[in-house]
Amino acid sequence: MHGRLKVKTSEEQAEAKRIEREQKLKLYQSATQAVFQKRQAGELDESVLDLTSQILGANPDFATLWNCRREVLQQLETQKSPEEFAALVKAELGFLETCLRVNPKSYGTWHHRCWLLSRLPEPNWARELELCARFLEVDERNFHCWDYRRFVAAQAAVPPAEELAFTDSLITRNFSNYSSWHYRSCLLPQLHPPPDSGPQGRLPEDVLLKELELVQNAFFTDPNDQSAWFYHRWLLGRAEPQDALRCLHVSRDEACVTVSFSRPLLVGAGSETLLLIVDASPQAVEWRTPDGRNRPSLVWLCDLPTISLDDQLSQHAFRVILTTSDAQKECVLLKGCKEAWSRDSATDEQLFRCELSVEKSTVLQSELESCKELQELEPENKWCLLTIILLMRALDPLLYEKETLQYFQTLKAVDPMRATYLDDLRSKFLLENSVLKMEYADVRVLHLAHKDLTALCHLEQLLLVTHLDLSHNRLRSLPPALAALRCLEVLQANDNAIESLDGVTNLPRLQELSVCNNRLQQPAALQPLASCPRLALLIVQGNPLCQAAGISEHLAELLPSVSSILT
Amino acid sequence: MADSLPTEFDVIIIGTGLPESILAAACSRSGQRVLHVDSKSYYGGNWASFNFSGLLSWLKEYQQNNDTGEENSAAWQDMIHNTEEAIPLQRKDETIQHIEVFCYASENMDENTEEVNSFQENLSSASNTLPEPLDSTCLSKAAHSSNLSSYEMPDKDDSKSKGETSAELTDAEETLEKEKNCGDKTCIETVSDEDKDENKPLVEDNTDLPKKSRIAYSQIVKEGRRFNIDLISKLLYSQGLLIDLLIKSNVSRYAEFKNVTRILSFREGKIEQVPCSRADVFNSKELTMIEKRMLMKFLTFCLDYEQHPDEYQAFVQSSFSEYLKTKKLTPNLQHYILHSISMTSESSCTTLDGLKATKKFLQCLGRFGNTPFLFPLYGQGEIPQCFCRMCAVFGGIYCLRHKIQCLVIDKESRRCNAVIDHLGQRISAKYFIVEDSYLSEETCSNIHYKHISRAVLITDQSVLKIDSDQQISILTVPPVEPATCAVRVTELCSSSMTCMKDTYLVHLTCSSSKTAKEDLEPVVKMLFTPYTEADTDEGELKKPRILWALYFNMRDSSGVSRTSYKGLPSNVYVCSGPDCALGNDHAVKQAETLFQEIFPGEEFCPPPPNPEDIIFDCEDKQPESSITNVNEPSEESQTLENPEEHLEN
Repeated sequence: MHGRLKVKTSEEQAEAKRIEREQKLKLYQSATQAVFQKRQAGELDESVLDLTSQILGANPDFATLWNCRREVLQQLETQKSPEEFAALVKAELGFLETCLRVNPKSYGTWHHRCWLLSRLPEPNWARELELCARFLEVDERNFHCWDYRRFVAAQAAVPPAEELAFTDSLITRNFSNYSSWHYRSCLLPQLHPPPDSGPQGRLPEDVLLKELELVQNAFFTDPNDQSAWFYHRWLLGRAEPQDALRCLHVSRDEACVTVSFSRPLLVGAGSETLLLIVDASPQAVEWRTPDGRNRPSLVWLCDLPTISLDDQLSQHAFRVILTTSDAQKECVLLKGCKEAWSRDSATDEQLFRCELSVEKSTVLQSELESCKELQELEPENKWCLLTIILLMRALDPLLYEKETLQYFQTLKAVDPMRATYLDDLRSKFLLENSVLKMEYADVRVLHLAHKDLTALCHLEQLLLVTHLDLSHNRLRSLPPALAALRCLEVLQANDNAIESLDGVTNLPRLQELSVCNNRLQQPAALQPLASCPRLALLIVQGNPLCQAAGISEHLAELLPSVSSILT
Repeated sequence: MADSLPTEFDVIIIGTGLPESILAAACSRSGQRVLHVDSKSYYGGNWASFNFSGLLSWLKEYQQNNDTGEENSAAWQDMIHNTEEAIPLQRKDETIQHIEVFCYASENMDENTEEVNSFQENLSSASNTLPEPLDSTCLSKAAHSSNLSSYEMPDKDDSKSKGETSAELTDAEETLEKEKNCGDKTCIETVSDEDKDENKPLVEDNTDLPKKSRIAYSQIVKEGRRFNIDLISKLLYSQGLLIDLLIKSNVSRYAEFKNVTRILSFREGKIEQVPCSRADVFNSKELTMIEKRMLMKFLTFCLDYEQHPDEYQAFVQSSFSEYLKTKKLTPNLQHYILHSISMTSESSCTTLDGLKATKKFLQCLGRFGNTPFLFPLYGQGEIPQCFCRMCAVFGGIYCLRHKIQCLVIDKESRRCNAVIDHLGQRISAKYFIVEDSYLSEETCSNIHYKHISRAVLITDQSVLKIDSDQQISILTVPPVEPATCAVRVTELCSSSMTCMKDTYLVHLTCSSSKTAKEDLEPVVKMLFTPYTEADTDEGELKKPRILWALYFNMRDSSGVSRTSYKGLPSNVYVCSGPDCALGNDHAVKQAETLFQEIFPGEEFCPPPPNPEDIIFDCEDKQPESSITNVNEPSEESQTLENPEEHLEN
């Protein structure tokens, strides 16, 4: 037909492509070989730069070749005049830019640029910032470039305010940008360093309110965007608690001192040193964890030297010092007393508000209100529901307990994928509430029955509890951390789904254990109980293991010190 | 030049408006021999854009409409054989009516003469060199066409294209003459004498008060080349048919685009920026948190409203505005959605229409930027020319200022065989595509046309000033009275290459109920104020001032069905002029439908083949020369090349 173009068929095209690719591959392989040969021969000259640039220009992710280039550059630096080397560096910077255009997310290329810039006597940081701005213009979420920008800003000592303005501009363009939000969370504490007395890592209230407004804009615009919610959580969260001794307990009968910490510590040679002073004289003691494994733990204990428990004296003063942070606790054991303790109150210290900060409650209250507004519009938004729960806990966990549980129910329904996580979180919150109630009541008895618990946490807070009721929950095990309950005398855990009793070990005062209607399969599961010296009553009715023939005899053999075992 | 035209083609296309130009490109691309003619001296017909002097001569042409007169009708009567009959074509364009021009800017006579000189300089430079792309004056169009003619027939002699160029140059000189006259008269054409009197005193007052901030009429004339004034004001939907076609056919390489930067709304006498994208909503200072959520929620729903029929089923019968009232949206959000996002201000618009329009708007967001629209740099008139260029690259032949006298019909087969042009040459073809305005009154006697009311304003500042003055904005002004229509306002800044620095080009469009001035003046008065000496306290001045204004009505033949034309043979196809809608979908659809009708089974504007995949044949030089043109790296082709890339990141 007239005027029609004759065009190659697809087979011809494919063939032409194949030949072209074959040739490219040959070139690539021969260049690679040449580089490796030269490197082996120690010929680190400019020809290696040429060869590697051919390869890296097409494939900037060849890390070995970047190493090779660094070797060459280091070599040439010693050989060339400063002017010649400067020209070389300039060419290198240009080359890096072309590589970045090939792959803006190449680890090797960005790293090489860092390396090069940090070696230059007078690097042009302004140009580097501009480069970052340009690459972020193309892809505002290129975290490689964000990383490099943080490096440049740190090297060039760019004022945090300028960098903050830069994050502003990128968030304005697209707020679904973790990197940008994260950078803010680094810059803001720099811009507003906390006053010496105040809590660490917190922002002044006016700044905080401005940030909250910004992030609210984001999650009202798109409540399903996670980045904003995470930033929100950071804003309301609080800094790491300082190392502290939460509780010190001295028991005369067991001749034992137990301490609990604010975070898991490894006490012993080469790490934290824990000093025990009895009546003003330091004692040489061996610290261990309740389970005896001596891994980082919240609870550590030691045996008291017998001399320190001389009953003739009217009292003994105990003091434990954590030498690295100067945290300490002391208590006095009076004559005739079996035990003594000193502890932080969960109510005073708001131990359980680690999720959210102890901001002025007005701020939290207004955040709660706007989240509730959003929740009304978006009843099924999981981020909003979770934030409401956290805010309520930060404000007043007991007051909002009922509401919180309702929100948990909704949240579980809209986010079934995380049902188990939510169950555990809910268990944690309920346990915290129960601890608070127990303290208000000033008793050492903790009732956790019928709470639908799936996990046990904060067990280190229960150091002093004597009676614990865990019946009618959904527990599958009694975890090793239970060994922290040094004062526990009676433990009820009926009607759960418990398969193992690993946590019921070395409980010096445990007398009575009831685990009816659980899923204990084998008599061997009761083995850990043998380590509880005072256990006298064990009730295991309604477990599969009771079906076995001769179980009573078997158990009597296994636990000879237990006087009565009900099967 | 016409005597050297080939006398046989596959397709003859009369009129260079958008649908005709797309068809020309499609036909030529699929291997048809195409002759594309226009009786005007410019491309585009009613889709054209003019620089300021070009617009003035266009106005003049319409005011001296009669001088085409009776030509040599006898000459072509002789060429009709006994077995044939002729369908004469329309001699004068009657699609434009009620032209009214107002000049509010002061006039400075001295500068005017200076302008003429500079214009002549341009002229001589244009004849020597190819015009730079920035320069899309009437002159550049002339040179443009000569470019095209040299693409078309590389094997033929140069003298012809030279001849054409010189012809066009004389035309430009004529324009110049008009310009001079118009300067002498101290006032450009005005329709009524009253208007003239109104303006005159101002003109005289202003001459002796040259202020730096003031823009004189002479300056507009002097900088006239900076203007590219569209006859029909349209925008491209980022996901519209035209963008798809431009990308698919690679025609996009011939044009550059700019994003419309703002969607505005007019509510309670105030102009506000409408937040429409996710980033806009996030950044908006005007909306409360709750409103942000409400708006985003509704917009997200609109994106896949078909999936949630229960949300709107009960309101299918009611109007969109009634429906919006039930959606828990605050009044300003309802206003934004109704007038600025769905742009369905009419009370007749149903819930489904509104949802559909909103969805289209939203789907277009984010493809090329934060608003759904693109504007072609140098004006809408570029687009038909781009398609013509593609047609020429594949061998189409172009003749401007080439009138066709009549269509020749074979009595027996009732098919059109040929046309006879103004030089009496008979050119035969298999298919004929005619733009509606070329058809005679007799052919169109059954048709009742709609009309479009248009206004073009040159103003001194933006309707909504913000930190950056380079904004392209679109604003829908809701009906002033219930019976009238909403008016679409497009404001272009100088970086859109359609107006001089420190001015704005404002287009107003609505479908006509009266004359353009009667339809549009109320809105103009609401948004703007005449450029007079009276406003001394500039600090308090809020409304932008009008330097120059033009009103006219344009015929809208878009709704006319093929069967309404009387006596047209089946192989004569009719393209309509511009419609009133914002997008170009109608033109693209029409072109594609007609192409499919004429050449069933042929692909419509496929992408040109990769240069390396073309097999060169030594015998056939023509395609080879075309290919070099295909290859030619065009500096104008950056914007549309790979839009998906932006989305992926």
